[in-house]
Amino acid sequence: MGMTMTQKILAAHAGLDTVEVGQLIQVDLDLVLGNDITTPVAMEEFYKIGVNQVFDKKKIAIVPDHFTPNKDIKTAENCKLIREFVDEMEIENYFEIGQMGIEHALIPEKGLVVPGDVGIGADSHTCTYGALGAFSTGIGSTDMAAGMAMGKCWFKVPGALKFILKGKPQEWVSGKDIILHIIGTIGVDGALYKSMEFVGEGIKHLTMDDRFTMANMAIEAGGKNGIFPVDELTLEYVRVHSKRPYTVYRADEDAVYEETYEIDLSRLLPTVAFPHIPDNIRTIDEVGDVKIDQVVIGSCTNGRIQDLRMAAKVMEGKQVAKGVRVIVFPATQKIYLDAMKEGLLETFIKAGAVVSTPTCGPCLGGHMGVLAKGERAIATTNRNFVGRMGHPESEVYLASPAVAAASAITGKITNPKDIV
Amino acid sequence: MMKTNGRVFKYGSNVDTDVIIPARYLSTFDPGELAKHCMEDLDSTFSSQVKSGDIIVGEKNFGCGSSREHAPLAIKASGISCVIASSFARIFYRNAINIGLPILECPEAVEKIENGDVIEINFKKGIIHNMTKTEFYEAQPFPEFIQKIMESDGLIKYIAKGLAQQKSGGE
Repeated sequence: MGMTMTQKILAAHAGLDTVEVGQLIQVDLDLVLGNDITTPVAMEEFYKIGVNQVFDKKKIAIVPDHFTPNKDIKTAENCKLIREFVDEMEIENYFEIGQMGIEHALIPEKGLVVPGDVGIGADSHTCTYGALGAFSTGIGSTDMAAGMAMGKCWFKVPGALKFILKGKPQEWVSGKDIILHIIGTIGVDGALYKSMEFVGEGIKHLTMDDRFTMANMAIEAGGKNGIFPVDELTLEYVRVHSKRPYTVYRADEDAVYEETYEIDLSRLLPTVAFPHIPDNIRTIDEVGDVKIDQVVIGSCTNGRIQDLRMAAKVMEGKQVAKGVRVIVFPATQKIYLDAMKEGLLETFIKAGAVVSTPTCGPCLGGHMGVLAKGERAIATTNRNFVGRMGHPESEVYLASPAVAAASAITGKITNPKDIV
Repeated sequence: MMKTNGRVFKYGSNVDTDVIIPARYLSTFDPGELAKHCMEDLDSTFSSQVKSGDIIVGEKNFGCGSSREHAPLAIKASGISCVIASSFARIFYRNAINIGLPILECPEAVEKIENGDVIEINFKKGIIHNMTKTEFYEAQPFPEFIQKIMESDGLIKYIAKGLAQQKSGGE
């Protein structure tokens, strides 16, 4: 029986010719990732294993991005513990403030993941690297500790859902709208324990940044991973960013999928997820009158250069609505610099937005954009759970950078085509 | 742990890790501190009412969201002896097993158990006894490999044991 792309990657890393759905396997890891929330817990567990070194100093990446620049004494002390661990273990891929970025934008940019890899990360959005044709998935701190010690992780071989993308998206429809549409279609547990494999000729209309956004939110449908086939665009990205060898895996013709969905991208509209769950979607023409207090443009989902270009195109020459706070977070230092050179940051600042250093802060209600009771935000982030961005009685609406930027100008959720 | 019994705290579907332990408390990873704020944004009375041995019952997709292990750690440190749900989000499922927090998938139990029921769980047999209603429900047993991790009280002790055996020339 044929294997899906994910199953092929997992089989190869388990040293097996074939694997079957439900089989428990142990796979070799090409990347083990942690951040400043999950790594301190992993370090404690790592020491309990009884080894005194990590399995491979080059294959571990630690990115302090959640509560950094540190928001208080406790988070500063956690980051200090991480630095000491990194020094002791001689971990090569540690990214300090100044070289740092939001982990899931930074790791591909630094070339630390390439097609055919298996990567685990103690952050649920580690599924992002599926955009590059890698198997990557989120795990917790204990799995991170075991991965750092042994270079291995156990998995149950997942079944798969196939999403055949057709046609070309209309203007102002991007990866975020497509993935919100998919999550709305299958529900927040629609892909539970499964792979989401995106295929079809429509993919050629998606930029790498669109694909990163879509793979990033596979977890929001419960997916174990989201993955794209490797095409010329993927290989071009890899050539620019990495010197590591890679392997291209393709699904077998007779691979088995539990469900197949066909999506005509040309029929999709800008899409918004209403509180308090990402599958509570409405298309922009169904949104109604939703006034907002804060706009957040950034995060591991939508803080890449294409996202900032899209937002700047909408905001160019306009002013943020009175009473609305707009916070823009480029996802890495490189993206920040590129946005500066392209004049995007000037556009944002002149419009009345603030531009911040890369951080996950506002996305999880950590710092730099926390909401008060009763406030509403529209954000390009990935989750809108109760209390996600601050007060349990605040609200988060998820949308693309274009919709978020248009909403910044009018003060209510707005279709970009109505103001550009 | 072979058996446990306690009172049920029942919640709905998609109980996410942000409500289990909100991000504003993630600057610490001390289990006792995390327990003080467990379930706070969903049920502000939970931490003051929960007693050792009590059980959480959720519906679909329990533990969805973040990979933060602080979530199962907070639940375990609250004294909860088991979480029963009709399905678990996969990272939460792994994390719970890895830290030795017992969890059971049992849609029938979820359907029939009500908030406040007292139940007894026999982990070896996978039998849930609803003492309030005098009903029995059968849960999915863990695969053998996961049972071994649970018996070792989590993944780290399981690995450490394996390494020690290798060093001593064992299996």
